[in-house]
Amino acid sequence: MTTQFHPFVLPFTIGAAILFCTIIYKFTRWIQTLDRKQYHTAKRTFMTSDIFPALWKMIKDIFKESLLHIKVSKINRRLGYMHRSIAFGWFLLIVVGLIETIIHFGFRGHAPWTGVFYRFFVYGNNNIVQQVFATIMDLLLLYVLSGVTMAFIKSHRPKTVGMRKTTVLRWSDRLLRYALWSIFPLRLLSETMTATLHNNGGIITQTLGNLIPLQVAELLEVPLWSLYSIALCIFFVFMPYSRFMHIFTEPLLIFLKSFGVKESKQPTGFTKTELSACSRCGICIDVCPLNNELNINNIQAVYLLRGLRHGLAYRYAATNCLLCGRCVEACPVGIDIDAIRLQARNKKRIDLRNNYTYIKERPFNAVGRVAFFGGCMSHLTPNIQESMKKIFQAVGQDYWIMDEERTICCGRPLEQQGFSNQAAELRRKNTAMIIESHATMLITSCPICYRSFTQEYHLPIKVMHHTEYIAMLIEKGLLSPEMSDLRIAYHDPCELGRGCGIYDEPRQVLSTVGTLTNVPLQRENSLCCGCNLGNTRLQSTQQLKVRDTTLNNLNTDHPDLIATACPMCKKAFQQSTTQRVADVAELVAQQIKNIES
Amino acid sequence: MKPFGFKIATTHTIIVDDKPLDTLSPISGQVPTFRRCMNCGGCTATCSAAHFTQFNIRKIHNLYRWHQIELPKKELEKCMLCGKCTLVCPRDVNLRSLIIYMRRNIDALKKKEEGEQ
Repeated sequence: MTTQFHPFVLPFTIGAAILFCTIIYKFTRWIQTLDRKQYHTAKRTFMTSDIFPALWKMIKDIFKESLLHIKVSKINRRLGYMHRSIAFGWFLLIVVGLIETIIHFGFRGHAPWTGVFYRFFVYGNNNIVQQVFATIMDLLLLYVLSGVTMAFIKSHRPKTVGMRKTTVLRWSDRLLRYALWSIFPLRLLSETMTATLHNNGGIITQTLGNLIPLQVAELLEVPLWSLYSIALCIFFVFMPYSRFMHIFTEPLLIFLKSFGVKESKQPTGFTKTELSACSRCGICIDVCPLNNELNINNIQAVYLLRGLRHGLAYRYAATNCLLCGRCVEACPVGIDIDAIRLQARNKKRIDLRNNYTYIKERPFNAVGRVAFFGGCMSHLTPNIQESMKKIFQAVGQDYWIMDEERTICCGRPLEQQGFSNQAAELRRKNTAMIIESHATMLITSCPICYRSFTQEYHLPIKVMHHTEYIAMLIEKGLLSPEMSDLRIAYHDPCELGRGCGIYDEPRQVLSTVGTLTNVPLQRENSLCCGCNLGNTRLQSTQQLKVRDTTLNNLNTDHPDLIATACPMCKKAFQQSTTQRVADVAELVAQQIKNIES
Repeated sequence: MKPFGFKIATTHTIIVDDKPLDTLSPISGQVPTFRRCMNCGGCTATCSAAHFTQFNIRKIHNLYRWHQIELPKKELEKCMLCGKCTLVCPRDVNLRSLIIYMRRNIDALKKKEEGEQ
């Protein structure tokens, strides 16, 4: 039995011990500070039979996202390869190294650091098993090194891996990145030196080792192994305070998410988990309309999360955002960025009072009727309301247009600006109005209201977006609009698509009245109209720039008109384009009229 | 019969020299479109809150412009931030952002006043 100790293992061992203590401490803190609702959701999943699918999903997601980086690969294959080679390659290096150690020393015979410095302690390639392992380890190291090389190139030229921009890192992150990058070349060099002296290398290390003079190897062996150990130590000790904390936090986040935990209104332990799970990969920068159109590149999710996590300035980043949700969709870690942004907006606005006493409760009676809530924006696009009336009449449905009774705002615009208490007051007033009217169903033509009604209100009746409702009518055969020869480009509103996941219904409806044209960026990748209520910092000229890009995207296939399902998007497009813009309801109503006449 | 004719109304004169509060210098940086307003009143006509109460965003805008903060402070609390005013504005004044910043500036001025006293 060879000895398993040398002073150079100390930095590594101490570093690893500190790292694991810090991680256990942090994880415990985060889980302890989950709020009650989150805690109970997780507990409910844990106690019932839901636990098995949840566990399976967790294992699958950890393997797919933390190790293989499938989502990143979908964005760009080279980028995916880079992340995968470092994450999965390093993981395999550890696992295979451990197996190799266990085979040699047995389960109990080895020290905690032996797996990491195996080549230094075990000489000779006597049997075939050792040779195979040496080769595998060499190939794995090569795999990781290829990723590190790509990462190095990426940091200077992000275009090589298909990214237009990459994150501008702080000095601490940079330092740690160099520590990480140096780990693998140092390992290669130290193993090479040992291979020169003891002939225990694999294909690569032995070939390289044979080229090196014996004296040089003797001189450099221990210093190189020490450097390797110190690099590991630096990386481990500072990792919990840097972006590399994502390595361990991502599995925790996946664990919490598979048990049904969701972001809440106030920052909790879950928020802290999400903040630490951000790897600052910079994918959110490339999808942000503000970066692409206006060259505003300091407000993206990565900078907001960093500001929140390290207590840096974040107010500007929190407020200057369209809340279009493209970054949420693109984030490979699946961080609920918009929810965190709203929390960040919320913090200091809580003291601003509002006075809504002027909104008196008025009794309404709509028993057996469906209620139609156009929302504020639909007040400005009366055609939508008229079209809905026509549709209701065509199917013989009793309806109640709530806007005719002077409705108030749904509360989401306030929520988006961080006035969450005030929004709750408006929600209470609306809820009372809807419940007391005894309407059977609530239909809204505004995605902003729809998102609020479905996700923030807890209404006892069914809530539908008008496109959903029309799609249902068509499916049931109650409504059959006439086909026309219109070529329609459909614009996915942010709040309806990415916000509520409604992509198919509007398309189903539109395909009954015309032909849908191809739009390059659609569904999850659709662009924002720029007129969004999320941002109060942008000036109108800037909004127009965002809108024009969206219009160009929609007009790629030269459609006759642009259809959308949001009064706000409609209004935004209407203001400039010479092309016709119409709401889905308007197109359907128009085709019904043709049948009657 | 209702009494008609002229009545002696309280004066609406604002003596700016008296005690000029600096309401303008912060807002021109925060909302550069502030001064574009031509007082057309489209915002007030479309306002959701104005359906229920005497909320007049044009008036508030004017009062703020003339360094008045007492009435705007009370009135601005009624806004629901729905953003219709911003959409209808023919001069592209970013009214939603203006309302948020007016409130913030008024609060800051109030605090400063209280501090001086």
